[in-house]
Amino acid sequence: MNLTLRIWRQSGPEDKGRMVTYQVDGVSPDMSFLEMLDVLNERLILAGEEPVAFDHDCREGICGMCGLMINGDAHGPQRGTTACQLHMRQFSDGDTIDIEPWRARAFPVIKDLVVDRTAFDKIIAAGGYITAPTGSAPEAHSVPVAKADADAAFSSAACIGCGACVAACPNGSGMLFTAAKITQLSLLPQGQPERYTRVIGMVDAHDEAGFGGCTNAGECTAVCPKGIPLNTIGRLNRDYLRATAKRGGTPGS
Amino acid sequence: MDLFTEGDPIADAHAPQGPIETRWARRRFEAKLVNPANRRKLTVIVVGTGLAGGSAAATLAEQGYRVRSYCYQDSPRRAHSIAAQGGINAAKNYRNDGDSVHRLFYDTVKGGDFRSRESNVHRLAEVSVNIIDQCVAQGVPFAREYGGLLDTRSFGGAQVQRTFYARGQTGQQLLLGAYQALERQIGLANVEMNARHEMLELIVVDGRARGIVVRDLVTGEITSEFADAVVLASGGYGNVFYLSTNAKGCNVTATWRAHRKGAYFANPCYTQIHPTCIPVSGDHQSKLTLMSESLRNDGRVWVPKAKGDDRRPKDIPEDERDYYLERIYPSFGNLVPRDIASRAAKNVCDSGRGVGPGGLGVYLDFADAIGRLGRQAIEAKYGNLFEMYERITGEDPYEVPMRIYPAVHYTMGGLWVDYDLQSTIPGLFVIGEANFSDHGANRLGASALMQGLADGYFVLPNTIANYLAAGPFERVDASHPAAVEARRDVEDRIRRLLAVNGDRTVDSFHRELGQIMWEHCGMERSEAGLRKAIDEIRALREEFWRRVRVPGDGEGLNQSLEKAGRVADFFELAELMCVDALHREESCGGHFRAEHQTPDGEAQRDDDRFAYVAAWEYTGGDEPVVLHKEDLKFEYVHPTQRSYK
Repeated sequence: MNLTLRIWRQSGPEDKGRMVTYQVDGVSPDMSFLEMLDVLNERLILAGEEPVAFDHDCREGICGMCGLMINGDAHGPQRGTTACQLHMRQFSDGDTIDIEPWRARAFPVIKDLVVDRTAFDKIIAAGGYITAPTGSAPEAHSVPVAKADADAAFSSAACIGCGACVAACPNGSGMLFTAAKITQLSLLPQGQPERYTRVIGMVDAHDEAGFGGCTNAGECTAVCPKGIPLNTIGRLNRDYLRATAKRGGTPGS
Repeated sequence: MDLFTEGDPIADAHAPQGPIETRWARRRFEAKLVNPANRRKLTVIVVGTGLAGGSAAATLAEQGYRVRSYCYQDSPRRAHSIAAQGGINAAKNYRNDGDSVHRLFYDTVKGGDFRSRESNVHRLAEVSVNIIDQCVAQGVPFAREYGGLLDTRSFGGAQVQRTFYARGQTGQQLLLGAYQALERQIGLANVEMNARHEMLELIVVDGRARGIVVRDLVTGEITSEFADAVVLASGGYGNVFYLSTNAKGCNVTATWRAHRKGAYFANPCYTQIHPTCIPVSGDHQSKLTLMSESLRNDGRVWVPKAKGDDRRPKDIPEDERDYYLERIYPSFGNLVPRDIASRAAKNVCDSGRGVGPGGLGVYLDFADAIGRLGRQAIEAKYGNLFEMYERITGEDPYEVPMRIYPAVHYTMGGLWVDYDLQSTIPGLFVIGEANFSDHGANRLGASALMQGLADGYFVLPNTIANYLAAGPFERVDASHPAAVEARRDVEDRIRRLLAVNGDRTVDSFHRELGQIMWEHCGMERSEAGLRKAIDEIRALREEFWRRVRVPGDGEGLNQSLEKAGRVADFFELAELMCVDALHREESCGGHFRAEHQTPDGEAQRDDDRFAYVAAWEYTGGDEPVVLHKEDLKFEYVHPTQRSYK
């Protein structure tokens, strides 16, 4: 396959950035999307040009480090698939492909296609855990968990923190990410004691980090490589409302 | 042999004496403690945020130490533990199927082909039960039965069902548990987190590990960081083979730099080749993807009985198929340990019966299980793995059997540590895959997660106190001669890499190195092959420093420069792996020497000559390396020819 790539190049946070066109020939349909970028980079290096910086690590769809807007779709055209698991058989000879970084206020560009997602870590640090210092745990079977709850908790816990939801959202909201963790922990008996402080802490951290609000556009769940459903956000909102009522304040204050 | 000399044996690994069930309790009682008020005055650096590093950093911070944590990824949640699929072993005996701490201990020593330390392995089996409790309390969503209790499944090398799991993403869920505990401590300002930072040198002051030199991968800034102790949890070195199931960034640099500073490197040749990975599809291949061992619970491995039979699998009748694992190993069948399954796959492919492009593949077939349990049950157990397979290969494994082939997956070797997980450099502790300690010559499935979390949650936080009790140590800063020198070494190396400005890319060298290693230091090794490999590695390393091209500069984000430094260290490690493999004139676990096999092709150990840990001392690069032997004594599990037949 021969392809035309239009790739976002930006030398650093201060640079304005621009799309640059490259031609890549001899692409095999069995290559992954990132392997196709490897081919381009090898060529650029030998030509004395700067290779395209992009984040990636496990290349098996689980670490969440890769993330590219491919023709305007977060992670590209195949549903339920990260950019590293996207294979070139999804494209056709002669295609032109636009490749851009995640664009969101909370995810500033570091270089080319690499963005800073530490805002996600801050949301977790603000409550996305169950306090259980090492050594303090009771015997695992002392608290049974209904299989349906355990399975549902797992489905939310499958979030890989890639940020596709934010990139796809017209408001740059990180609500699906936040709600996935809240849903996981609030479905489990172990998560109950901190249930309401958690939701307040995480939502506050989310807002402080510069993410936008959720308006139920649903783009997030459409691009989520792990299929985190939109109703997790409903669950978050319910818990948040209860939490603010318990606190005696008004939602959002 | 001209390649190494023999030094003093390692007389003492500092394990307590007495009945094996009492040793860990005794060590904890006899170890010195640090009182809570004094812990605040002590700083620990932890490099790596996987299961071992993440859990250790969180636990040390909970105990009250000041922790500084480093990882090269953009977030501690990305560490490659996240990709572990199948499960985690624990001797809970919830199944009432005869499991016990002693049986897990026994299985692990035997599975490691009698090349691990009994004391360490017993401790691992003991704390395994605490790990499950800890993870459940953190909200790890393990698979459960309808009654609400935890589900378990079987893994290779065991006849009991002791493997706990969270669908095919157990590593992810365990890591996120540790990550969340770590983030909690970061939020409380007990841990200073430094993501996108890479350790490039160890700082040793007056014989003690006192800090590291790191490069900020975003700004390129190089700084020296100091602490009272340094913990390396930087993972394994499987990427020396270029193609492996490791993440692209996994590297040996942190442990190799420590090795160059005096830490012995133990059993580097013990490499785990995992039997069930998706085969290579072409020259563009950048990594290999594992299909979890848990699939062997329900999938049956086979090849056609006839050579060169290229009919579609469903057109090959039952009596023309060779379910070779079930045939050769009837009592363990498809669940033999990894080293055995891998070599069996190699043997059938070498005999011309492999399937798929190039004949480098065997079938893993679920047709029977789907017939017996229904498609839904298989989907529930392995759905995500089947989807992953289809995305990569374009084939639907519900309809067509998977094609699999062995690939490098894990390294049992690593920095030598004593019972306290302390290296030969005082104050330098090594945990998780980065150390050599618990798996001997072959790791059993679902034991890596167990060991990483055992080290991080339960072992290190106890043993490190014995060392820190002598602290806080004298203050050192960046002006100390040892720190100045370490930093200068880092800067010189970066300058040299950038200055070559040759005509080959880093990846092209890495691929070539990987081919040499796979060919000669992979599933089967021989004296002639290993000697050839050493010559080729030396020649290629020389060429690397003459012809590599690293674009850009050291001032900002430069992914080529990061790779170049890692590959430069892989060259040095690769040579040591071959020397280790050459000197070990026996076959054991993942180390199979063609010259040493039984008449039916099984590994032939030589306990009289090789029942020891080979710990290698660095000698500057030009002199032959020095071998220090730590004899292994077996008081509880008597070494026998390992049989799974």
